[in-house]
Amino acid sequence: MSTAGPSLAGDGEAQTSRAPLAGRGRGTWADRAAAAAITAAAWTAIFSLVLIFIFIGKEAVPIFTSAEVHEEADLGRLFLPQAPKAGDPAAFAWQPVSETPKYSLLPLLVGTLKATVIAVLIAIPLAVLAALFSSEFAPTWAREVIKPAVELLAGIPSVVIGFFCLMVLADWLQGAFGWTFRLNAVTAGIGLSLAVIPIVFTVSEDAFTSVPQAYREGSVAMGASSWQTAWRVVLPAASPGVLAACVLGFGRAVGETMIVLMASGNAAVLSASPTDSIRTFSATIAAELGEVVVGSAHYHVLFFIGAFLFVLTFLTNLAGQWWVGRLQKKLQGAA
Amino acid sequence: MRKAMVCLLMAGVLVASAGCGGNVTKSGTITIKGSDTMVILGQRWAEMYMHHNAGITVQVTGGGSGTGIAALINGGTDICESSRPMKEKEREQVKKRHGKDPKEIPVALDGVAVYVHEKNPIPSISIPQLKALYTGKIADWKDLGGPAGRIVAYSRENNSGTYVYFKEHVLGNEDFAADVQTLPGTAAVVNAVSKDPASIGYGGIAYGSGIRAIPVSKDGATSPVAPSLETVQDGTYPASRELYFYTIGEPAGAAKAFIDWVLGGEGQKVCEEVGYYPLRKKS
Repeated sequence: MSTAGPSLAGDGEAQTSRAPLAGRGRGTWADRAAAAAITAAAWTAIFSLVLIFIFIGKEAVPIFTSAEVHEEADLGRLFLPQAPKAGDPAAFAWQPVSETPKYSLLPLLVGTLKATVIAVLIAIPLAVLAALFSSEFAPTWAREVIKPAVELLAGIPSVVIGFFCLMVLADWLQGAFGWTFRLNAVTAGIGLSLAVIPIVFTVSEDAFTSVPQAYREGSVAMGASSWQTAWRVVLPAASPGVLAACVLGFGRAVGETMIVLMASGNAAVLSASPTDSIRTFSATIAAELGEVVVGSAHYHVLFFIGAFLFVLTFLTNLAGQWWVGRLQKKLQGAA
Repeated sequence: MRKAMVCLLMAGVLVASAGCGGNVTKSGTITIKGSDTMVILGQRWAEMYMHHNAGITVQVTGGGSGTGIAALINGGTDICESSRPMKEKEREQVKKRHGKDPKEIPVALDGVAVYVHEKNPIPSISIPQLKALYTGKIADWKDLGGPAGRIVAYSRENNSGTYVYFKEHVLGNEDFAADVQTLPGTAAVVNAVSKDPASIGYGGIAYGSGIRAIPVSKDGATSPVAPSLETVQDGTYPASRELYFYTIGEPAGAAKAFIDWVLGGEGQKVCEEVGYYPLRKKS
């Protein structure tokens, strides 16, 4: 579900390095073939994205239109508290398999946000500072170890991270803090941060390295220490790239499925406590879509969740891109 | 109404492999409809049976036991799969409509074990206590005769037949409490319970280290029974049930051949592969 915006990565570099090609259009036959192949590849990506969106949208639309689905679920019941039977207290409940199915999305939304916020709060400071260290302070040999090591973390399948959280991390955390629920938003959030760190690290590291050397030399020549140079000159100069990294990390955290499915406990509890069990959107889809009756209200609600997640990451990416653009303009104006 | 969870249709167009027609001479289609719990089981039976008997097509659909029984009454299916015995009223309807009594054929057994941590001292639990616990009316071990402490309840994901069984059979179709955690698979429940002394979970009757499958009593008064193949097979373990086929009158023709195969050694072996229990061998 987080497919909406890898294009953000490296936008900063792409725009500055794009010079007009000399002799464009006079290419040989091989050049033209290569260009066509590359263009086709780019369009394939866009085309499949559009197809995915159309498919998810098509399956989600009956939430708004189908009378049959409205017997069990409609927008009001998805977002507002509902009393399943007359006389029962109104509540937000996710109980899709029930005498009276209840499809309140609020517990799932809160669960998703809890895990994402915890993951991002852990991952972004760690990853950005690690990237800053790696690009500005680390001796070459250390950099050559750190960078591949962190990037290798991205290669760990998320099911392995999830398994680690379920078997090991949950025990450590419960042993250390004595929480009632082994599997909770913090456990899942820490697991998610392991998936987010490599993305944020890699993209921000690239952003730091692409800051022109002249900035550092100028800063040091003015008498700034290397720490002041890194913190006051390099970090602000790379801020569009770092922000893009954070947006990508957020998208990954929202959409990640396996880790939360295994480590969060999957109880749709509506609470503010980070040590309660949570059920996220993505885990709900993964757990329930396999056995749902095609065409039932439950099925369409799951697709609606998919569309909702898609729109959520898409909007985040859009907002991120807008902000990155603003930062870039500001930096160019100041330079 | 409880919508059907699974509604799979075994397409009849499965190309029959060439070869001899086996011991069944006439070809035909057998339709099976009913219990969602049994749909996977029914499909496995159908696949294997069709593999051995070219020319016979077995179509399996879910929809729920009630749907299957209704279809049997309306003549919409040859065999009805049901995870509950037929009600008297339904039997009368079959008799009135078709002039024959429905034939009940137990085909497999289903049972759920309740696990606690191996250090948990509570000796047993009753079905009403389980219901109160999983619907959120009991949240402390001292209400069950254990040391004071919050109960952490684990359940299966709502796409599992075990979940549906537990919900129907133990909770009387009430909803699970919101804070009951759901895990993918019996193995995950066993693992979670083994690591948490305050927890309780349920799943297939399997054994794992660090957990104890506690004896279950039907109500507070009857004596608790530990889960095992024997107690499930002799019907003394309360969290177990028979799974049935129903036909109108005595089964005949292709349906009879299929049912005989299901009750035979090969068919009963499938029960265990899919996670249920074979019937007690009749001596």
